Amino acid sequence: MKANFKYNISWLAVMVIGFVAIDACEFLGIINTFIENMLVTIGINIILATGLNLIIGFSGQFSLGHAGFMAIGAYATGIMTQTIATPLGFYLSMVIGIVIAMIAALIVGIPTLRLRGDYLAIATMGAAEIIRILINNLKITNGAAGLFNIPPLVTWATVYVLMCLTTIVTVNFIHSRNGRAIMSVREDEIAAEAMGINPTRWKLAAFVFGAATAAIGGSLHAAYIQTIAPGDFNIMASIAILIIVVLGGVGSITGTFVAAIVLGALDTILQNFGTLRMIIYSLALILIMIFKPSGLLGNWELSFKHLGIHQRKEQSIHE
Amino acid sequence: MQTFGQQLINGLSLGSIYALLALGYTMVYGIIKLINFAHGDIYMLGAFWGYYVINQLHFNFIWAMLSAMVFCALLGVIIEYFAYRPLRHSPRITALITAIGVSFLLENGMTYLFTANTRSFPQVIKTVTYHLGGLRISNIQLLILGTACLLMLLLELIIKRTKMGRAMRAVSVDPEAAQLVGININHTISFTFALGSAMAGAAGVLIGLYYNSIDPLMGMTPGIKAFVAAVIGGIGSVPGASVGGFLIGLLETGVQAIGLSAYKDAVVYFVLIVILLVLPAGIFGKKTKEKV
Amino acid sequence: MSSPLLTAQQIVKNFGGLTAVANVSVHFDQNELIGLIGPNGAGKTTLFNLLTGVTPVTSGAISLYTDQGVQSLNGKRPAEIAQAGLSRTFQNIRLFKELSVLDNVRIAMTNHYQEGFLASIFRVPKFYRTEADMTLAAQKLLAIFDLTSVADQPAKNLPYGIQRRLEIVRALATKPKLLFLDEPAAGMNPEETADLTRLIRQVQRDFHITIVLIEHDMSLVMNVVERLYVLEHGALLAEGTPNEIQHNPAVIKAYLGDEA
Repeated sequence: MKANFKYNISWLAVMVIGFVAIDACEFLGIINTFIENMLVTIGINIILATGLNLIIGFSGQFSLGHAGFMAIGAYATGIMTQTIATPLGFYLSMVIGIVIAMIAALIVGIPTLRLRGDYLAIATMGAAEIIRILINNLKITNGAAGLFNIPPLVTWATVYVLMCLTTIVTVNFIHSRNGRAIMSVREDEIAAEAMGINPTRWKLAAFVFGAATAAIGGSLHAAYIQTIAPGDFNIMASIAILIIVVLGGVGSITGTFVAAIVLGALDTILQNFGTLRMIIYSLALILIMIFKPSGLLGNWELSFKHLGIHQRKEQSIHE
Repeated sequence: MQTFGQQLINGLSLGSIYALLALGYTMVYGIIKLINFAHGDIYMLGAFWGYYVINQLHFNFIWAMLSAMVFCALLGVIIEYFAYRPLRHSPRITALITAIGVSFLLENGMTYLFTANTRSFPQVIKTVTYHLGGLRISNIQLLILGTACLLMLLLELIIKRTKMGRAMRAVSVDPEAAQLVGININHTISFTFALGSAMAGAAGVLIGLYYNSIDPLMGMTPGIKAFVAAVIGGIGSVPGASVGGFLIGLLETGVQAIGLSAYKDAVVYFVLIVILLVLPAGIFGKKTKEKV
Repeated sequence: MSSPLLTAQQIVKNFGGLTAVANVSVHFDQNELIGLIGPNGAGKTTLFNLLTGVTPVTSGAISLYTDQGVQSLNGKRPAEIAQAGLSRTFQNIRLFKELSVLDNVRIAMTNHYQEGFLASIFRVPKFYRTEADMTLAAQKLLAIFDLTSVADQPAKNLPYGIQRRLEIVRALATKPKLLFLDEPAAGMNPEETADLTRLIRQVQRDFHITIVLIEHDMSLVMNVVERLYVLEHGALLAEGTPNEIQHNPAVIKAYLGDEA
């Protein structure tokens, strides 16, 4: 119990230090709007990719429709905060986005999660496209033109705090009875079933959880960027999140953080290269994959527990 | 009835393009289980090749298409050699991301070299529209349909009747066993990429002629649709890819004809999901159940 | 004194035109150790799959006798059947390879602990208590079977014989009433088989459960089981004690040129 307390405090310290560091840089003028934009994008991408990593890396289900759930969150916020332009309105819209995204994930997941591998990928991609096309044709979402002038109810600090919260919740979910059940389905569905674990139920749990975090990412995106259009949530958007997950290492949340930061920084640096930007980006992607096929970090995870592994072993002998 | 017939013709023309593309997806997937995301961009390059050889070297249609097929075949082999071969024993998702990287590279490389502008494809064959009992069929549509069917037939013959085709089938069933009986896996995979890419090259030239406009991003959407077609037909199955391609083409034109063109793609994806739920391995796919 | 635990009445399984299991009736009693033998392709594993719900029966009735009365297992999913108290191992070892030995066991306990979703994501004290209870129970089980030293290793790193043992421990962690072992001695050397024989006896004695065992190793089967079923071509050929079976002319004929 005491050890757990220590780990939790260590993580809290890391998060607070991160916050203070960014705040100090902001205060000292090191961070201009450009950099802040980059940091916020990184933060939102971390939220999105962590949820997708739960689905792909931990439950072993290949989903290619993450942007669809992100769109639901973004539009919930975009539509609601135009009438209730207060921070409370933003959080309310976020919760509603989460709920709708979870319902959508249930509707999509219950039939499709029976499919395996690439078939599931293509089915979820199709489902996300259907969501996007619906948004593209509805009146309330203002069709293909999208929504403008969404009230700016989100600062970098909101994104930072929500990034920490979703990461904590996701990691806690993974390192629990729930997460183990989910991983057992990834490892061997038939064996998991023989151990009394209902594979559909746990796959669905991961899928719905992932969809909820995607909706959070979408809400933040809408309120920070202030403009959204259906085109922002197309297949390429889903792929962009997938790239973060695979580049960081499927099954490593630490890797997702590293990849989101590396890609965010790369993107900012490459702004100066004009049209060459995307060529360099795609070459970098190909080369990293060829030379580091399991992603930057594989499935390695930063953990204070592993740093203190010796003490733990000694304790158990004395028990 | 008349409009129905008209839509049928339009749908089949569009469908044959999807079918040609879907063949490449299905063959590559069948042999190395990779969704070759860059396949749609090979089709784009085929169209651009056609554009240049017709404009600059004044090739006629046949030579333009044949040279585009050879060019794309080479390109497919080169891409496989440099980007996919090093990853043959890596997790499949890694290879998929690499394929996406190749796709980005081709799209952005072409945009860099030739700008993102749409170009009009040289009309190397003069369009003639025939009126048959109220139906309008252009010679281009007939050409597309005819060429596509011819190529599919040829492909089926190669796969069923030649030594290389037999090797392809063997590798797709069991690469290790194929190697044991003396099949050169690398050559077989290269050959598969060459065949699939050649089909895409032909499709590129045909679509240029049909739609009369090409641009560096033209491969993206048809690429995804063709992959959907391959999945619907049962990925890995050559007849399945053809059927899936025609099905998607017909579906799209049909939905457009009843005035729902805004939902055209949504209907395609909906049908995809429904088909997968009823037939989890597609129409011609083999159902495999894990042995306990 | 022997009250029934599981009965299967006239179960049939057809795969297309092929009859894999034809009209087989078996009964397994409380605290019994039963062997299931037969030549390759006799339908032994298929019978296991039918009883554990991996494949649905074409016809016939499977009933489980519990304190609450008789429960039909027909049409139930494998997970429900496992929760009802039937657990198993697999012919070709199906461990959660990338996960630790401890996690393999804790996963099998998933349904016995309910800390609640919110408790686990917000880490309230109840979460830590449940987690500690679960870990302790798993560690106890691992200690009984000498697996404590490898508890933190990924299952894939274990030697073959230990993997087989872990699979049995994992099945026990579900707190089964009935344990199906599918060829537990396959691929083992004589020494490992002897260990396994001791292990099976120990499990039955200490956990008071019924064990059904598919096995080709006759020395193991004849040594440990109390009663035997012999399958051939999907049908029941004989039933009896090891001694009876060894002298059954029909069985000897079926096995002629085979093991016996």
